[in-house]
Amino acid sequence: MENVRSLLHALTIQKRVVGALFIREVLTRFGRHNIGFLWLFVEPMMFTIGVTLLWTAFKSTHGSNLPITAFAVSGYSTALLWRNMPSRCVGAILPNLSLMYHRQVKLIDIFLSRLLLEAAGATISFVTLTVLFSVVGWMDWPEDILKVAFGWSMLAWFGAALAIALGALSEKTEVVEKIWHPIAYFMLPVSGVAYLVDALPVDVQKIVLIVPIVHGTELIREGFFGSKIVAHYDMGYFAMCNAALSLFALAMTRIVSREVVPE
Amino acid sequence: MIEVVNVSKSYATRLGPVQILHDVNCTIGKGEKVGILGRNGAGKSTMVRLISGAEQPTSGAILRGMSVSWPLAFGGAFQGSLTGLDNMRFICRIYGLDWQSRIPFVEEFSELGPYLREPVRSYSSGMRARLAFAISMVVEFDCFLIDEIIAVGDARFHEKCHVELFEKRADRAMIIVSHDSGYIRAHCDRIGVLNGGGLSMFEDVEEGFQFYEQVYHVH
Repeated sequence: MENVRSLLHALTIQKRVVGALFIREVLTRFGRHNIGFLWLFVEPMMFTIGVTLLWTAFKSTHGSNLPITAFAVSGYSTALLWRNMPSRCVGAILPNLSLMYHRQVKLIDIFLSRLLLEAAGATISFVTLTVLFSVVGWMDWPEDILKVAFGWSMLAWFGAALAIALGALSEKTEVVEKIWHPIAYFMLPVSGVAYLVDALPVDVQKIVLIVPIVHGTELIREGFFGSKIVAHYDMGYFAMCNAALSLFALAMTRIVSREVVPE
Repeated sequence: MIEVVNVSKSYATRLGPVQILHDVNCTIGKGEKVGILGRNGAGKSTMVRLISGAEQPTSGAILRGMSVSWPLAFGGAFQGSLTGLDNMRFICRIYGLDWQSRIPFVEEFSELGPYLREPVRSYSSGMRARLAFAISMVVEFDCFLIDEIIAVGDARFHEKCHVELFEKRADRAMIIVSHDSGYIRAHCDRIGVLNGGGLSMFEDVEEGFQFYEQVYHVH
């Protein structure tokens, strides 16, 4: 009972701190000028729209005959989700060091506030584009929204765990910051964003399905196109990978938080 | 009560770990005013940061049985790109306080005028100190950690701090780091001297000063 009470008390404080950091993050990132925090989802939207236009222009459905708009929206949006979250957490500690003077503020809170903001931006952008393109008739509504939502949440979990792990590691060594960009770049072609697993040779499928994110992307594709495609995914496997990554991320955060010195 | 139990702290440097504090013990009771003396680099600020919880000890534990402020120092504790007011809101939010009702006090005490709505990075050290002090008076702590902050600012600011801290909050505990021996003598009832990583506590202020002068050969 005593433990439960102290956990609840700690959760109240953490909620306050993450909330305060979230507002602070919105203010420092978007300021109070021009469209302000609307940039949060306008920026990712511009990316997805750009890629949609490019793929449409080159008719690159990458080996399938699916409608290109829906293919691009369902694919590229997910890449923004798992790619932007780690990018925001790598090197997140330094600009916030002065806030670590307050003992309530922990490393994990800094990561969580940034992740919430990033996930919100990617999600609003994804939903807005899906609704917009469906309403104007550039694509059909997703067949199964629940599958899309489940796949999206799992990818967000992956992105968050990877972000926290890299955010903590980047405090230990600058190498992380340098190699994250090339890794993110090369993750894109293998992530399932630009192809369907089913379109690949069977041998290659086996290799590609080792990559956890592919399972999430495939589930989202099934949610969008349902009957028109054969999706390959194992959400149990994806969840296991996420859980292992999360455990590693939290452990790293705990180690690093003992070494962080406020400026 | 705050208990510092067998606390050691070392920092990693290129040449290996450097130990700043070694097996430090002390207790600070309710309403006690403790001064901490020591040469530059002796670990005074480290000690205050450890007590505040901003940093974790390498070994040992700090038990806080009362609410403790963050270290009130010149720099730190503020985000430079945010305005003074935004920083104040942030602190009110993390302590779960309503910031709206506290604005008049902060405006009045900090005397920052329009600068309260400008980024903190444009402030002078005196302005930062006034803001830090004003915001810290918004939160009611049982123990205030004061790291040289009162050394900044003019006589009028000193007088205002004196009224807020030592008159209105005379019942609170305080841990004061200062090079100003007159200030420590005037406000502290116990003294700790940091020397070679160890902390020696003295119940008698004059005795503490004698020891300090002895180990550091200062008068």
